[in-house]
Amino acid sequence: MADLKVKVAGVEFLNPLIAASGTFGFGREYSEFYPLSVLGGISCKGITLKKRDGNPPPRIAETPSGILNAVGLQNPGVDHFIEKDLDWLKEQNTVVIANIAGNTEEDYCKMAEKLSDSSVDMIEMNISCPNVKSGGVQFGTSCESVGGITKAVRKYCKKPLIVKLSPNVSDIAEIARSAEAEGADAISMINTLTGMRIDIETRRPIIRNNTGGLSGPAVFPVAVRMVWQAYNAVKIPIIGMGGISTWQDAVEMLIAGASALQIGTVFFSDPYAPVKICEGLEKFMDKNNIKNISELTGSIKPW
Amino acid sequence: MKYDSQPFELIKNEEIAQGIFDWTVKNSQLSSIAKAGQFAHIAVSGKTLRRPISICDADNDTLRFVFQVKGEGTQIMSQQKIGTYIDIIAPLGNGFKIEKGKHYCLIGGGIGVPPMLYTAKQTDNPLVITGFRNKDLVILQEDFKNAGAELVLTTDDGTAGIHGFVTDVLKEKINEVDEICACGPIPMLRAISQIAKEFNKPCQVSLEERMGCGVGACLVCACKVKQTNGEEAYLHVCKNGPVFNAEEVVF
Repeated sequence: MADLKVKVAGVEFLNPLIAASGTFGFGREYSEFYPLSVLGGISCKGITLKKRDGNPPPRIAETPSGILNAVGLQNPGVDHFIEKDLDWLKEQNTVVIANIAGNTEEDYCKMAEKLSDSSVDMIEMNISCPNVKSGGVQFGTSCESVGGITKAVRKYCKKPLIVKLSPNVSDIAEIARSAEAEGADAISMINTLTGMRIDIETRRPIIRNNTGGLSGPAVFPVAVRMVWQAYNAVKIPIIGMGGISTWQDAVEMLIAGASALQIGTVFFSDPYAPVKICEGLEKFMDKNNIKNISELTGSIKPW
Repeated sequence: MKYDSQPFELIKNEEIAQGIFDWTVKNSQLSSIAKAGQFAHIAVSGKTLRRPISICDADNDTLRFVFQVKGEGTQIMSQQKIGTYIDIIAPLGNGFKIEKGKHYCLIGGGIGVPPMLYTAKQTDNPLVITGFRNKDLVILQEDFKNAGAELVLTTDDGTAGIHGFVTDVLKEKINEVDEICACGPIPMLRAISQIAKEFNKPCQVSLEERMGCGVGACLVCACKVKQTNGEEAYLHVCKNGPVFNAEEVVF
Protein backbone atom coordinates (compact mmCIF):
# COMPACT_ATOMS: atom_id res chain seq x y z
CA MET A 1 0.00 0.00 0.00
CA ALA A 2 1.51 3.29 -1.13
CA ASP A 3 2.28 5.68 1.71
CA LEU A 4 1.89 9.30 0.64
CA LYS A 5 2.81 10.78 4.03
CA VAL A 6 5.73 13.19 4.12
CA LYS A 7 7.46 15.07 6.91
CA VAL A 8 8.80 18.59 6.42
CA ALA A 9 10.63 20.36 9.26
CA GLY A 10 9.08 17.98 11.78
CA VAL A 11 5.53 18.50 10.53
CA GLU A 12 3.69 15.50 9.12
CA PHE A 13 1.54 15.87 6.00
CA LEU A 14 -1.00 13.19 4.95
CA ASN A 15 0.20 13.63 1.37
CA PRO A 16 2.79 15.86 -0.32
CA LEU A 17 0.29 18.23 -1.97
CA ILE A 18 -0.11 21.68 -0.44
CA ALA A 19 -2.36 24.39 -1.88
CA ALA A 20 -0.12 27.29 -2.93
CA SER A 21 -0.67 30.65 -1.33
CA GLY A 22 -2.89 33.06 -3.22
CA THR A 23 -4.72 30.43 -5.27
CA PHE A 24 -6.83 28.94 -2.51
CA GLY A 25 -7.93 31.83 -0.28
CA PHE A 26 -8.37 30.58 3.26
CA GLY A 27 -9.81 27.31 2.01
CA ARG A 28 -13.53 27.95 2.43
CA GLU A 29 -14.39 28.13 -1.28
CA TYR A 30 -12.70 24.84 -2.17
CA SER A 31 -14.22 23.13 0.88
CA GLU A 32 -17.44 23.41 -1.14
CA PHE A 33 -15.90 20.99 -3.68
CA TYR A 34 -14.33 18.40 -1.33
CA PRO A 35 -13.10 17.94 2.22
CA LEU A 36 -9.85 19.90 2.54
CA SER A 37 -8.17 16.81 3.99
CA VAL A 38 -7.59 15.68 0.38
CA LEU A 39 -4.68 18.12 0.60
CA GLY A 40 -1.64 17.50 2.79
CA GLY A 41 -1.62 21.18 3.66
CA ILE A 42 -2.87 24.63 2.79
CA SER A 43 -0.67 27.68 2.47
CA CYS A 44 -3.14 30.48 3.08
CA LYS A 45 -3.54 33.66 1.06
CA GLY A 46 -0.58 35.95 1.84
CA ILE A 47 -1.36 38.07 4.88
CA THR A 48 0.05 41.43 5.89
CA LEU A 49 0.17 43.24 9.23
CA LYS A 50 -2.70 45.54 8.26
CA LYS A 51 -5.46 44.77 5.75
CA ARG A 52 -4.67 45.55 2.12
CA ASP A 53 -7.08 46.39 -0.71
CA GLY A 54 -4.89 45.02 -3.49
CA ASN A 55 -4.34 46.37 -7.01
CA PRO A 56 -7.00 47.77 -9.35
CA PRO A 57 -8.29 45.32 -12.00
CA PRO A 58 -7.56 43.73 -14.40
CA ARG A 59 -5.44 41.51 -12.18
CA ILE A 60 -5.07 38.52 -14.49
CA ALA A 61 -4.09 37.74 -18.07
CA GLU A 62 -3.86 34.40 -19.80
CA THR A 63 -0.58 33.40 -21.45
CA PRO A 64 0.46 30.34 -23.46
CA SER A 65 0.21 27.51 -20.89
CA GLY A 66 -0.11 29.87 -17.97
CA ILE A 67 -1.35 33.07 -16.43
CA LEU A 68 0.00 36.39 -15.23
CA ASN A 69 -1.47 37.78 -12.04
CA ALA A 70 -1.05 40.92 -9.99
CA VAL A 71 -3.55 40.78 -7.14
CA GLY A 72 -1.32 42.88 -4.90
CA LEU A 73 -1.85 40.97 -1.66
CA GLN A 74 -5.49 41.83 -1.03
CA ASN A 75 -6.12 40.39 2.45
CA PRO A 76 -7.91 41.21 5.70
CA GLY A 77 -4.73 41.42 7.84
CA VAL A 78 -3.07 39.06 10.29
CA ASP A 79 -5.40 39.72 13.24
CA HIS A 80 -8.50 39.03 11.17
CA PHE A 81 -6.91 35.79 9.92
CA ILE A 82 -6.17 34.62 13.45
CA GLU A 83 -9.61 35.59 14.77
CA LYS A 84 -11.86 34.58 11.87
CA ASP A 85 -10.20 31.96 9.71
CA LEU A 86 -7.66 29.98 11.70
CA ASP A 87 -9.93 28.01 14.06
CA TRP A 88 -12.06 26.84 11.14
CA LEU A 89 -8.98 25.87 9.10
CA LYS A 90 -7.55 23.90 12.01
CA GLU A 91 -10.67 21.71 12.03
CA GLN A 92 -10.11 20.59 8.42
CA ASN A 93 -7.53 17.86 9.12
CA THR A 94 -4.82 19.38 6.97
CA VAL A 95 -1.59 21.24 7.80
CA VAL A 96 -2.20 24.99 8.06
CA ILE A 97 0.59 27.25 6.83
CA ALA A 98 0.35 31.01 7.32
CA ASN A 99 1.96 32.90 4.43
CA ILE A 100 3.23 36.33 5.54
CA ALA A 101 4.32 39.33 3.48
CA GLY A 102 5.51 42.68 4.76
CA ASN A 103 6.59 46.17 3.72
CA THR A 104 9.38 46.21 6.29
CA GLU A 105 11.47 43.76 8.30
CA GLU A 106 9.55 44.89 11.36
CA ASP A 107 6.23 43.87 9.73
CA TYR A 108 7.52 40.34 9.16
CA CYS A 109 8.82 40.08 12.74
CA LYS A 110 5.54 41.33 14.26
CA MET A 111 3.50 38.86 12.23
CA ALA A 112 5.85 35.99 13.07
CA GLU A 113 5.48 36.85 16.73
CA LYS A 114 1.67 36.99 16.60
CA LEU A 115 1.41 33.75 14.62
CA SER A 116 3.86 31.98 16.93
CA ASP A 117 1.25 32.33 19.67
CA SER A 118 -1.51 30.98 17.39
CA SER A 119 -2.41 27.45 16.30
CA VAL A 120 -0.87 27.64 12.80
CA ASP A 121 1.38 24.68 12.05
CA MET A 122 4.02 26.51 10.03
CA ILE A 123 4.91 29.98 8.78
CA GLU A 124 5.88 30.62 5.17
CA MET A 125 7.75 33.89 4.75
CA ASN A 126 6.93 35.35 1.34
CA ILE A 127 9.90 37.46 0.26
CA SER A 128 9.12 36.96 -3.39
CA CYS A 129 5.83 38.67 -4.24
CA PRO A 130 6.47 40.59 -7.48
CA ASN A 131 3.24 42.59 -7.36
CA VAL A 132 3.57 45.08 -4.52
CA LYS A 133 5.46 48.35 -4.56
CA SER A 134 7.46 47.98 -1.38
CA GLY A 135 8.54 44.86 0.47
CA GLY A 136 7.83 41.59 -1.25
CA VAL A 137 10.46 40.63 -3.73
CA GLN A 138 12.94 43.34 -2.70
CA PHE A 139 13.79 41.16 0.30
CA GLY A 140 14.23 38.12 -1.87
CA THR A 141 16.70 38.98 -4.58
CA SER A 142 20.08 39.27 -2.85
CA CYS A 143 21.83 36.88 -0.49
CA GLU A 144 22.35 39.68 2.06
CA SER A 145 18.68 40.64 2.20
CA VAL A 146 17.45 37.02 2.26
CA GLY A 147 19.91 36.16 5.03
CA GLY A 148 19.15 39.37 6.91
CA ILE A 149 15.38 39.00 6.99
CA THR A 150 15.54 35.26 7.73
CA LYS A 151 17.80 35.96 10.71
CA ALA A 152 15.52 38.73 11.98
CA VAL A 153 12.28 36.76 11.65
CA ARG A 154 13.86 33.61 13.05
CA LYS A 155 14.20 35.38 16.44
CA TYR A 156 10.43 35.91 16.65
CA CYS A 157 9.26 32.75 14.89
CA LYS A 158 8.62 29.79 17.18
CA LYS A 159 6.96 27.75 14.43
CA PRO A 160 8.77 25.88 11.66
CA LEU A 161 9.85 28.62 9.24
CA ILE A 162 9.60 28.17 5.47
CA VAL A 163 11.24 30.84 3.31
CA LYS A 164 9.54 31.22 -0.09
CA LEU A 165 12.09 32.10 -2.75
CA SER A 166 11.84 34.14 -5.90
CA PRO A 167 13.03 32.77 -9.24
CA ASN A 168 13.89 36.32 -10.35
CA VAL A 169 17.51 35.95 -9.20
CA SER A 170 20.82 35.13 -10.84
CA ASP A 171 21.98 32.35 -8.50
CA ILE A 172 19.21 30.41 -6.74
CA ALA A 173 21.69 28.08 -4.98
CA GLU A 174 23.37 30.99 -3.18
CA ILE A 175 20.00 32.43 -2.16
CA ALA A 176 18.89 29.05 -0.79
CA ARG A 177 22.14 28.75 1.19
CA SER A 178 21.59 32.20 2.72
CA ALA A 179 18.14 31.21 3.96
CA GLU A 180 19.46 27.94 5.37
CA ALA A 181 22.45 29.60 7.06
CA GLU A 182 20.22 32.07 8.94
CA GLY A 183 17.82 29.48 10.29
CA ALA A 184 15.14 28.60 7.73
CA ASP A 185 13.66 25.16 8.48
CA ALA A 186 12.60 24.69 4.86
CA ILE A 187 12.41 26.59 1.61
CA SER A 188 9.54 26.74 -0.85
CA MET A 189 10.12 27.60 -4.47
CA ILE A 190 9.46 29.00 -6.97
CA ASN A 191 7.24 32.04 -6.65
CA THR A 192 6.10 33.53 -9.96
CA LEU A 193 8.39 34.86 -12.69
CA THR A 194 7.82 38.52 -13.48
CA GLY A 195 6.14 38.89 -16.86
CA MET A 196 4.04 41.18 -19.04
CA ARG A 197 1.37 41.10 -21.77
CA ILE A 198 0.35 44.07 -23.91
CA ASP A 199 -2.91 44.60 -25.83
CA ILE A 200 -1.68 45.39 -29.36
CA GLU A 201 -4.77 47.48 -30.19
CA THR A 202 -4.70 49.78 -27.16
CA ARG A 203 -0.94 49.36 -26.49
CA ARG A 204 -1.85 49.08 -22.84
CA PRO A 205 -0.55 46.29 -20.62
CA ILE A 206 -3.42 43.85 -20.01
CA ILE A 207 -2.73 43.90 -16.28
CA ARG A 208 -3.37 47.23 -14.58
CA ASN A 209 -0.16 46.79 -12.55
CA ASN A 210 1.65 46.66 -15.94
CA THR A 211 3.65 43.59 -14.87
CA GLY A 212 2.52 40.45 -13.12
CA GLY A 213 3.71 37.07 -11.91
CA LEU A 214 3.80 34.21 -14.42
CA SER A 215 2.62 30.81 -13.23
CA GLY A 216 1.21 27.59 -14.65
CA PRO A 217 2.70 24.86 -16.87
CA ALA A 218 4.80 27.48 -18.71
CA VAL A 219 7.10 27.85 -15.69
CA PHE A 220 7.35 24.16 -14.75
CA PRO A 221 10.74 23.42 -16.40
CA VAL A 222 12.23 26.52 -14.75
CA ALA A 223 10.91 25.36 -11.39
CA VAL A 224 12.30 21.85 -11.81
CA ARG A 225 15.72 23.23 -12.69
CA MET A 226 15.78 25.61 -9.72
CA VAL A 227 14.56 22.99 -7.24
CA TRP A 228 17.32 20.67 -8.45
CA GLN A 229 19.94 23.42 -8.07
CA ALA A 230 18.73 24.27 -4.58
CA TYR A 231 18.60 20.58 -3.62
CA ASN A 232 22.29 20.33 -4.46
CA ALA A 233 23.03 23.40 -2.34
CA VAL A 234 21.14 22.90 0.94
CA LYS A 235 20.24 20.17 3.43
CA ILE A 236 16.89 21.63 4.59
CA PRO A 237 13.79 20.27 2.83
CA ILE A 238 12.43 21.96 -0.28
CA ILE A 239 8.75 22.42 -1.04
CA GLY A 240 8.68 22.43 -4.84
CA MET A 241 6.15 24.39 -6.87
CA GLY A 242 5.71 26.08 -10.22
CA GLY A 243 3.25 24.79 -12.79
CA ILE A 244 2.60 21.31 -11.36
CA SER A 245 -0.60 20.13 -13.07
CA THR A 246 -0.45 16.33 -13.29
CA TRP A 247 0.79 13.41 -11.20
CA GLN A 248 3.67 13.05 -13.65
CA ASP A 249 4.73 16.64 -12.91
CA ALA A 250 4.50 15.86 -9.19
CA VAL A 251 6.77 12.81 -9.55
CA GLU A 252 9.23 14.84 -11.62
CA MET A 253 9.42 17.62 -9.03
CA LEU A 254 9.99 15.12 -6.22
CA ILE A 255 12.76 13.41 -8.20
CA ALA A 256 14.38 16.83 -8.76
CA GLY A 257 14.68 17.22 -4.99
CA ALA A 258 11.37 18.35 -3.50
CA SER A 259 10.18 16.83 -0.20
CA ALA A 260 6.66 18.22 -0.62
CA LEU A 261 4.82 20.09 -3.36
CA GLN A 262 2.59 23.09 -3.79
CA ILE A 263 0.00 23.35 -6.53
CA GLY A 264 -1.81 26.55 -7.45
CA THR A 265 -2.71 27.63 -10.96
CA VAL A 266 -4.04 24.14 -11.76
CA PHE A 267 -6.97 24.79 -9.39
CA PHE A 268 -8.27 27.30 -11.93
CA SER A 269 -8.29 24.70 -14.72
CA ASP A 270 -9.46 21.84 -12.52
CA PRO A 271 -10.49 22.28 -8.89
CA TYR A 272 -10.24 18.50 -8.44
CA ALA A 273 -6.54 18.37 -9.43
CA PRO A 274 -5.26 17.33 -5.96
CA VAL A 275 -7.57 14.32 -5.89
CA LYS A 276 -6.44 13.23 -9.36
CA ILE A 277 -2.74 13.85 -8.65
CA CYS A 278 -2.87 11.74 -5.45
CA GLU A 279 -4.58 8.89 -7.28
CA GLY A 280 -1.89 9.01 -9.97
CA LEU A 281 0.90 9.08 -7.40
CA GLU A 282 -0.49 5.99 -5.64
CA LYS A 283 -0.71 4.03 -8.88
CA PHE A 284 2.81 5.06 -9.89
CA MET A 285 4.18 4.02 -6.52
CA ASP A 286 2.41 0.64 -6.57
CA LYS A 287 3.62 -0.05 -10.09
CA ASN A 288 7.21 0.85 -9.21
CA ASN A 289 7.16 -0.79 -5.80
CA ILE A 290 7.75 2.47 -3.95
CA LYS A 291 6.53 2.20 -0.36
CA ASN A 292 6.94 5.78 0.80
CA ILE A 293 6.70 8.77 -1.51
CA SER A 294 9.76 10.31 0.17
CA GLU A 295 11.91 7.69 -1.55
CA LEU A 296 11.49 9.76 -4.70
CA THR A 297 12.93 12.96 -3.24
CA GLY A 298 16.21 13.81 -4.94
CA SER A 299 16.36 10.42 -6.66
CA ILE A 300 17.45 12.08 -9.90
CA LYS A 301 20.31 10.43 -11.79
CA PRO A 302 21.90 13.47 -13.42
CA TRP A 303 24.16 13.07 -16.44
CA MET B 1 -21.08 20.53 -1.25
CA LYS B 2 -22.05 23.82 -2.88
CA TYR B 3 -19.89 23.70 -6.03
CA ASP B 4 -19.57 20.91 -8.55
CA SER B 5 -17.79 20.41 -11.83
CA GLN B 6 -19.43 17.89 -14.14
CA PRO B 7 -19.43 16.89 -17.79
CA PHE B 8 -22.26 18.42 -19.81
CA GLU B 9 -23.08 16.96 -23.24
CA LEU B 10 -23.12 19.57 -26.00
CA ILE B 11 -26.40 19.02 -27.85
CA LYS B 12 -26.57 22.22 -29.91
CA ASN B 13 -23.96 24.62 -31.29
CA GLU B 14 -25.15 27.15 -33.84
CA GLU B 15 -23.90 30.53 -35.07
CA ILE B 16 -26.94 32.78 -34.59
CA ALA B 17 -25.31 36.07 -35.61
CA GLN B 18 -21.90 37.23 -36.78
CA GLY B 19 -19.42 35.54 -34.38
CA ILE B 20 -22.15 34.77 -31.83
CA PHE B 21 -22.76 31.15 -30.93
CA ASP B 22 -25.68 29.43 -29.25
CA TRP B 23 -24.88 26.37 -27.12
CA THR B 24 -27.23 24.00 -25.39
CA VAL B 25 -25.62 21.53 -22.98
CA LYS B 26 -27.26 18.71 -21.07
CA ASN B 27 -26.85 17.73 -17.43
CA SER B 28 -29.93 17.05 -15.37
CA GLN B 29 -28.24 17.36 -11.98
CA LEU B 30 -26.81 20.88 -12.23
CA SER B 31 -29.07 22.52 -14.84
CA SER B 32 -32.08 22.34 -12.57
CA ILE B 33 -30.55 24.53 -9.86
CA ALA B 34 -29.47 27.47 -12.06
CA LYS B 35 -30.89 30.92 -11.32
CA ALA B 36 -31.25 33.93 -13.60
CA GLY B 37 -28.04 35.98 -13.74
CA GLN B 38 -25.73 33.20 -12.58
CA PHE B 39 -22.84 32.00 -14.72
CA ALA B 40 -20.95 28.86 -15.65
CA HIS B 41 -17.17 28.39 -15.68
CA ILE B 42 -16.39 26.44 -18.82
CA ALA B 43 -13.16 24.50 -19.37
CA VAL B 44 -11.56 25.04 -22.77
CA SER B 45 -9.23 22.34 -24.00
CA GLY B 46 -5.62 23.56 -24.14
CA LYS B 47 -6.30 26.69 -22.07
CA THR B 48 -5.24 27.30 -18.46
CA LEU B 49 -8.26 29.39 -17.60
CA ARG B 50 -11.91 28.52 -17.85
CA ARG B 51 -14.30 30.94 -19.58
CA PRO B 52 -17.04 32.48 -17.45
CA ILE B 53 -20.24 32.57 -19.54
CA SER B 54 -23.60 33.82 -18.28
CA ILE B 55 -26.54 31.42 -18.28
CA CYS B 56 -28.90 32.44 -21.09
CA ASP B 57 -31.59 29.91 -20.31
CA ALA B 58 -32.15 26.80 -18.24
CA ASP B 59 -34.61 24.02 -17.70
CA ASN B 60 -34.49 20.77 -15.78
CA ASP B 61 -32.07 19.08 -18.18
CA THR B 62 -30.25 21.77 -20.11
CA LEU B 63 -28.37 25.03 -19.90
CA ARG B 64 -28.14 27.45 -22.80
CA PHE B 65 -25.19 29.77 -23.36
CA VAL B 66 -24.95 32.46 -26.01
CA PHE B 67 -21.40 33.76 -26.35
CA GLN B 68 -19.36 35.91 -28.68
CA VAL B 69 -16.03 34.81 -30.11
CA LYS B 70 -13.58 37.33 -28.69
CA GLY B 71 -10.30 35.42 -28.46
CA GLU B 72 -8.70 32.00 -28.75
CA GLY B 73 -10.73 30.44 -25.93
CA THR B 74 -14.16 31.35 -27.29
CA GLN B 75 -12.90 30.45 -30.80
CA ILE B 76 -12.14 26.91 -29.56
CA MET B 77 -15.55 26.79 -27.85
CA SER B 78 -17.29 27.78 -31.08
CA GLN B 79 -15.70 24.81 -32.89
CA GLN B 80 -16.87 22.12 -30.46
CA LYS B 81 -18.82 19.28 -32.04
CA ILE B 82 -22.25 18.08 -30.95
CA GLY B 83 -21.89 15.12 -28.59
CA THR B 84 -18.70 16.43 -26.98
CA TYR B 85 -18.69 16.44 -23.20
CA ILE B 86 -17.79 19.86 -21.80
CA ASP B 87 -16.33 20.26 -18.29
CA ILE B 88 -18.46 22.93 -16.62
CA ILE B 89 -18.65 24.30 -13.08
CA ALA B 90 -22.16 25.67 -12.65
CA PRO B 91 -24.18 27.45 -11.52
CA LEU B 92 -21.92 30.09 -9.93
CA GLY B 93 -22.32 33.52 -8.38
CA ASN B 94 -25.35 35.48 -7.24
CA GLY B 95 -28.04 36.10 -9.83
CA PHE B 96 -30.73 38.76 -10.07
CA LYS B 97 -33.06 39.01 -7.08
CA ILE B 98 -36.53 38.77 -8.53
CA GLU B 99 -39.62 39.55 -6.47
CA LYS B 100 -43.10 38.38 -7.40
CA GLY B 101 -45.58 41.06 -8.40
CA LYS B 102 -43.03 43.68 -9.44
CA HIS B 103 -42.95 45.06 -12.98
CA TYR B 104 -39.36 44.77 -14.19
CA CYS B 105 -37.44 46.53 -16.90
CA LEU B 106 -34.70 44.19 -18.15
CA ILE B 107 -31.96 45.77 -20.25
CA GLY B 108 -29.25 44.01 -22.23
CA GLY B 109 -26.53 45.56 -24.33
CA GLY B 110 -24.72 43.46 -26.95
CA ILE B 111 -23.46 40.21 -25.49
CA GLY B 112 -25.04 41.35 -22.21
CA VAL B 113 -28.44 40.46 -23.70
CA PRO B 114 -28.36 36.63 -23.21
CA PRO B 115 -28.63 36.52 -19.37
CA MET B 116 -31.74 38.69 -19.57
CA LEU B 117 -33.65 35.89 -21.33
CA TYR B 118 -33.75 33.54 -18.35
CA THR B 119 -34.40 36.59 -16.17
CA ALA B 120 -37.37 37.49 -18.41
CA LYS B 121 -38.77 34.01 -17.88
CA GLN B 122 -38.68 34.52 -14.11
CA THR B 123 -40.62 37.80 -14.23
CA ASP B 124 -44.22 38.65 -15.17
CA ASN B 125 -44.61 40.50 -18.49
CA PRO B 126 -41.33 42.38 -18.21
CA LEU B 127 -40.32 45.31 -20.37
CA VAL B 128 -37.17 44.13 -22.16
CA ILE B 129 -34.92 46.65 -23.90
CA THR B 130 -32.17 45.16 -26.06
CA GLY B 131 -29.43 47.20 -27.68
CA PHE B 132 -26.90 46.23 -30.35
CA ARG B 133 -24.29 48.04 -32.43
CA ASN B 134 -25.98 47.08 -35.73
CA LYS B 135 -28.46 44.66 -37.35
CA ASP B 136 -25.87 41.92 -37.86
CA LEU B 137 -25.44 41.50 -34.11
CA VAL B 138 -29.13 41.32 -33.17
CA ILE B 139 -29.97 38.14 -31.23
CA LEU B 140 -32.74 36.41 -29.25
CA GLN B 141 -35.66 38.64 -30.34
CA GLU B 142 -38.05 35.71 -30.94
CA ASP B 143 -37.04 34.12 -27.64
CA PHE B 144 -37.97 37.24 -25.69
CA LYS B 145 -41.32 37.51 -27.47
CA ASN B 146 -42.05 33.85 -26.69
CA ALA B 147 -41.22 34.57 -23.05
CA GLY B 148 -44.07 37.08 -22.97
CA ALA B 149 -41.93 40.19 -22.80
CA GLU B 150 -42.80 43.64 -24.10
CA LEU B 151 -39.74 43.89 -26.34
CA VAL B 152 -37.88 46.94 -27.62
CA LEU B 153 -34.97 46.72 -30.05
CA THR B 154 -32.42 49.48 -30.50
CA THR B 155 -29.30 49.73 -32.63
CA ASP B 156 -26.56 52.33 -32.41
CA ASP B 157 -26.63 52.90 -36.20
CA GLY B 158 -30.36 52.50 -36.77
CA THR B 159 -30.03 49.46 -39.06
CA ALA B 160 -32.62 47.60 -36.97
CA GLY B 161 -35.27 48.76 -34.53
CA ILE B 162 -35.04 52.19 -32.95
CA HIS B 163 -32.01 54.29 -33.89
CA GLY B 164 -30.51 55.07 -30.49
CA PHE B 165 -29.42 53.72 -27.14
CA VAL B 166 -31.25 51.57 -24.61
CA THR B 167 -31.09 54.52 -22.22
CA ASP B 168 -33.22 56.66 -24.58
CA VAL B 169 -36.00 54.07 -24.29
CA LEU B 170 -35.49 53.65 -20.55
CA LYS B 171 -35.97 57.38 -19.92
CA GLU B 172 -39.33 57.29 -21.76
CA LYS B 173 -40.64 54.20 -20.02
CA ILE B 174 -39.10 54.29 -16.58
CA ASN B 175 -42.30 55.44 -14.87
CA GLU B 176 -44.04 52.25 -16.03
CA VAL B 177 -41.68 49.92 -14.13
CA ASP B 178 -40.79 49.16 -10.50
CA GLU B 179 -37.21 47.93 -10.87
CA ILE B 180 -34.40 47.65 -13.43
CA CYS B 181 -32.01 44.76 -14.12
CA ALA B 182 -29.20 45.30 -16.63
CA CYS B 183 -26.21 43.60 -18.21
CA GLY B 184 -23.85 45.05 -20.79
CA PRO B 185 -20.85 47.30 -21.30
CA ILE B 186 -19.73 49.49 -18.37
CA PRO B 187 -20.65 52.88 -20.00
CA MET B 188 -24.18 51.56 -20.56
CA LEU B 189 -24.48 50.28 -16.98
CA ARG B 190 -23.14 53.56 -15.63
CA ALA B 191 -25.73 55.54 -17.62
CA ILE B 192 -28.58 53.22 -16.56
CA SER B 193 -27.56 53.48 -12.89
CA GLN B 194 -27.59 57.26 -13.16
CA ILE B 195 -31.10 57.28 -14.66
CA ALA B 196 -32.35 54.79 -12.04
CA LYS B 197 -31.00 57.03 -9.30
CA GLU B 198 -32.64 60.15 -10.78
CA PHE B 199 -36.01 58.42 -10.92
CA ASN B 200 -35.49 56.67 -7.60
CA LYS B 201 -35.90 53.13 -8.99
CA PRO B 202 -33.97 50.16 -7.62
CA CYS B 203 -31.46 48.82 -10.12
CA GLN B 204 -29.36 45.64 -10.30
CA VAL B 205 -26.39 45.36 -12.67
CA SER B 206 -24.41 42.33 -13.79
CA LEU B 207 -20.67 43.02 -14.03
CA GLU B 208 -17.82 41.40 -15.91
CA GLU B 209 -14.10 41.20 -15.11
CA ARG B 210 -11.17 38.98 -16.11
CA MET B 211 -11.62 35.95 -13.91
CA GLY B 212 -9.48 33.17 -12.43
CA CYS B 213 -10.90 30.50 -10.14
CA GLY B 214 -14.56 31.54 -10.50
CA VAL B 215 -15.41 30.75 -6.88
CA GLY B 216 -13.87 33.58 -4.85
CA ALA B 217 -10.52 32.12 -3.83
CA CYS B 218 -7.99 33.83 -6.11
CA LEU B 219 -9.35 37.39 -5.83
CA VAL B 220 -8.45 38.48 -9.36
CA CYS B 221 -11.90 39.60 -10.65
CA ALA B 222 -12.00 42.67 -8.43
CA CYS B 223 -14.65 45.37 -8.69
CA LYS B 224 -14.85 48.48 -6.56
CA VAL B 225 -17.90 48.68 -4.34
CA LYS B 226 -19.04 51.22 -1.75
CA GLN B 227 -19.86 49.35 1.43
CA THR B 228 -22.62 50.16 3.92
CA ASN B 229 -20.05 51.88 6.17
CA GLY B 230 -19.24 54.25 3.30
CA GLU B 231 -15.78 52.79 2.64
CA GLU B 232 -14.78 51.64 -0.81
CA ALA B 233 -13.45 48.10 -1.14
CA TYR B 234 -12.66 45.56 -3.82
CA LEU B 235 -15.24 42.80 -3.92
CA HIS B 236 -15.16 40.01 -6.48
CA VAL B 237 -17.40 39.51 -9.49
CA CYS B 238 -17.39 35.70 -9.24
CA LYS B 239 -18.42 35.30 -5.62
CA ASN B 240 -19.99 38.60 -4.49
CA GLY B 241 -21.55 39.14 -7.95
CA PRO B 242 -21.81 39.05 -10.87
CA VAL B 243 -25.02 40.89 -9.96
CA PHE B 244 -24.63 43.90 -7.70
CA ASN B 245 -26.94 46.60 -6.46
CA ALA B 246 -26.14 49.49 -8.84
CA GLU B 247 -25.94 51.97 -5.96
CA GLU B 248 -22.99 50.06 -4.48
CA VAL B 249 -20.89 49.93 -7.63
CA VAL B 250 -18.15 52.52 -8.07
CA PHE B 251 -18.16 52.84 -11.87
